[in-house]
Amino acid sequence: MSKDSAKGLSGRGIELLSLATAIVIWQLVAAHIVADKFLLPSFTDVLFAFLRIVETGALFTDLSISLLHFGIGIISALVIGIPIGVSMGWFKTANRAFDPIIEIIRPIPPLAWIPFAIIWFGLTHISAGFVVFVGAVFPIIINTFDGFKSVPKIYVEAAKVLGCMTSVPLIRHVAFPSALPSIASGIRIAMGVGWMCLVAAEMFGVSSSGLGYKIWWHYYLHQMDFVLVYMLILGFLGLLIDRIFRWYVDGRLLKWRAGVVV
Amino acid sequence: MGEVKISDVSLAFDKENGESTLALDNVSLEIRDKEFICFIGPSGCGKTTLLRTIAGLETPDSGEITLDGERITVPDSKRGMVFQEYSLFPWNTVIQNITFGPRMQGMSKGESLERAEKYLKLVGLEQFRNSYPYELSGGMRQRVAIARALANEPKVLLMDEPFGALDAQTRNTLQNELLDVWAKNQITIVFVTHSVDEAVFLADKIVVMTARPGKIKKVINVELPRPRDRTSSEANELRHKLLRMLAEERRN
Repeated sequence: MSKDSAKGLSGRGIELLSLATAIVIWQLVAAHIVADKFLLPSFTDVLFAFLRIVETGALFTDLSISLLHFGIGIISALVIGIPIGVSMGWFKTANRAFDPIIEIIRPIPPLAWIPFAIIWFGLTHISAGFVVFVGAVFPIIINTFDGFKSVPKIYVEAAKVLGCMTSVPLIRHVAFPSALPSIASGIRIAMGVGWMCLVAAEMFGVSSSGLGYKIWWHYYLHQMDFVLVYMLILGFLGLLIDRIFRWYVDGRLLKWRAGVVV
Repeated sequence: MGEVKISDVSLAFDKENGESTLALDNVSLEIRDKEFICFIGPSGCGKTTLLRTIAGLETPDSGEITLDGERITVPDSKRGMVFQEYSLFPWNTVIQNITFGPRMQGMSKGESLERAEKYLKLVGLEQFRNSYPYELSGGMRQRVAIARALANEPKVLLMDEPFGALDAQTRNTLQNELLDVWAKNQITIVFVTHSVDEAVFLADKIVVMTARPGKIKKVINVELPRPRDRTSSEANELRHKLLRMLAEERRN
């Protein structure tokens, strides 16, 4: 065996081999041992179900609606969470003012907000977005706060003696870039939590469309192969969003922190 | 002009148990324009505190410090500072670090870039223009920190053990470079060090401080001709004298 192929095997080969083996075992178990499409759809069942939703276009409608819900939730969590975290981390009074409220609301599981989401916003996109927002906003606030609180004093003093003396430019030029790694990892956590909230919100009736809603709908129709397709799509999509975010943040925003993974 | 006048400055720090420690006790000193002053003293004697007070980072409890007759209360760009720790902004490239001061002064992008290039050249790091601080060695980082402080064209450059973390050879090189910079820029330099060798090589005047609470024990004029020979017998004699004084303080 040449050195190159050995290297290839240790590089990507093992991962691919492992995936392929898992698929083969799944197919054999589902088709020959369980042999019940309802209990465990096989790989090929799922593949056909996938082709079917691509063909009818249902996938793209639900995908775009789920991404819309997710986008509404995450963007509003950023718009509201970052300023709150910044003010809490920078101004002691703001911290004391916000902290008790946040500590009381934060432990409420986001899904417990579903009834109010429906009462307040009805069965709209805003409603599902709101549940995502509730899940995403706290990790963003808390990580922004942590990042701001642990800005090394030396950078603030260095900026002051260079003539950057008031809060706004200090926040903008020193504290924010210094806190960015922490904020970025908060956003990553928030997207993970938000993604889970999205599916739950769509399943439990805050929406009448979307990937999560489709899981529930096909379950009622006892089409477990479709349920599994949507589950896998949700998994892949979550992975993809996370990867794109990390690629952007590590490669562009945090180039100065070489080798650090958020 | 860069004349610093320290008059009867006292400063105490509050400790957690409610007591306070006196860090500076009635310190008075006049620093003339374009002078190179070194503060030396046992560790914890308040030399860094005095420097930070000149910078405006600490406020004295009593007394005052003036720069060219103007009272110092807050930090501003007339006094540049180089810290002991690495204080470059790690998220900015070398050139962005150096333009920071001029930008904060409200200079245009072009102007501040021009200014920064000048000082980058002065410290000889043009080829590292777009590097991030983590890519630089300790000595290079402190060179950039000096360029960054100078880019504001301050009247006084305050340096807090800036070469303390460097190895002996880099340290010597940077001392020589600093003297060149000082000769070219004609500014006042106030330099805190714990190294007798460094003080003897650099300073016009060495201010020896007592152990806590910090007072001025003695001000020694260094008459050695420049460029100085680190190993001359006169330098040795002065070092000997200083070491004796410091040993005396440590005993107290």
